[in-house]
Amino acid sequence: MNSSTISTELPKTETTAEWPKTETTAEWPKTETTAEWPLWEVFVRAKAGLDHKHCGSLHATDARMAVQLAREVYTRRQEGVSVWVVKSIDITASDPGDKDMYFDPMEDKVYRHPGFYELPDSVNHM
Amino acid sequence: MTSASGSIHLEVTPPLQYRLRIADTCLIHAQRLAEWCGHGPVLEEDIALTNMALDLIGQARALLTQAGSLAGQPGGEKPSEDELAFLRDERQFFNLTLVELPLRKASVHAPGGDFADTVLRNFLLAGWLKALWSRLLSSNDEELAAIAGKALKEARYHQRHAADWVMRLGDGTGESAARLRAALERAWPYTAEMFQRDEVDAHAEAAGLGPARDALRAEWQIEVAAVFAEARLDLPADTPFISTGTRGVHSEHMGFILAEMQVLQRSYPGGAW
Repeated sequence: MNSSTISTELPKTETTAEWPKTETTAEWPKTETTAEWPLWEVFVRAKAGLDHKHCGSLHATDARMAVQLAREVYTRRQEGVSVWVVKSIDITASDPGDKDMYFDPMEDKVYRHPGFYELPDSVNHM
Repeated sequence: MTSASGSIHLEVTPPLQYRLRIADTCLIHAQRLAEWCGHGPVLEEDIALTNMALDLIGQARALLTQAGSLAGQPGGEKPSEDELAFLRDERQFFNLTLVELPLRKASVHAPGGDFADTVLRNFLLAGWLKALWSRLLSSNDEELAAIAGKALKEARYHQRHAADWVMRLGDGTGESAARLRAALERAWPYTAEMFQRDEVDAHAEAAGLGPARDALRAEWQIEVAAVFAEARLDLPADTPFISTGTRGVHSEHMGFILAEMQVLQRSYPGGAW
């Protein structure tokens, strides 16, 4: 791109692109009707400005169905204005066995909390 | 107004019948969808079908309440939404025949229990209701226009949800496609009534109350054809048969659905919970 011209157009990301066509995933064989549908994790944004919070999971054949079923199952009582779904298999989690070495050492590091420090009077509105 | 049987009998005027046609179509469609409660193919879809049934009952309630205010004798008592739903006899229901046909339970005319019938009926009706509600937004009856404003959002979602299933089944396996085609053969003859203009439609159109049914056809057919193309389904040819539910003359299934729907209120008149 010429350095003097700056494109004002937003790149087409996945969220701005059109709805994905219904597609079957590779690990979901087309002819198999008895196998379980893949599991999806559901994140719901309660209102504009807040972040999406994990609220549960559901089974769906693809992303488009997962969004619709998330709407059906998790926003029936006006819980949200936006829904994200992520394939559970795509989430990498920390190992519960690592909990001791990962998280316990933070127990005695109170100086990492801002309240630990006394601020001079001249610093207002912190 | 109330007979010895406990039934109410309405003096049916065109504006009243126009509203009851929509209200009863929503109500009976909801009653059929609700039969899936606890029987859906997967838990998530079970909840989805019940949610849609509840949307439709909400629409029926709003319309029946309004119809009730038009229905009573001048100065007399006005039937409530519950009285209209539970104390009318079959001939005073004016729903499309399509919605009263068995959906989950088997009958001579439909094997029942086939999810394809549900998917397809939902899709055909949601598109029809969407076209109807979008025109009722400009009804000269402000209350009806307000009901349409709320219902339109619901119908749009119902159509998307059902259309996705039509595409999944139609463009799915050989088995799912065959079942969907069979469901279409069963349902299609009953779609003629959705666009059958009569004097009630003409009255509503002339009065600015709402569209005549034949005015909905073009939009509906374009949308149905687009989804059918994705689903590899052909639009069936029209048949000469025209069902008559909207005139109060129903199929043999209607009595059974009303019996199930009304038994509680007729056994315990005025019962509330």
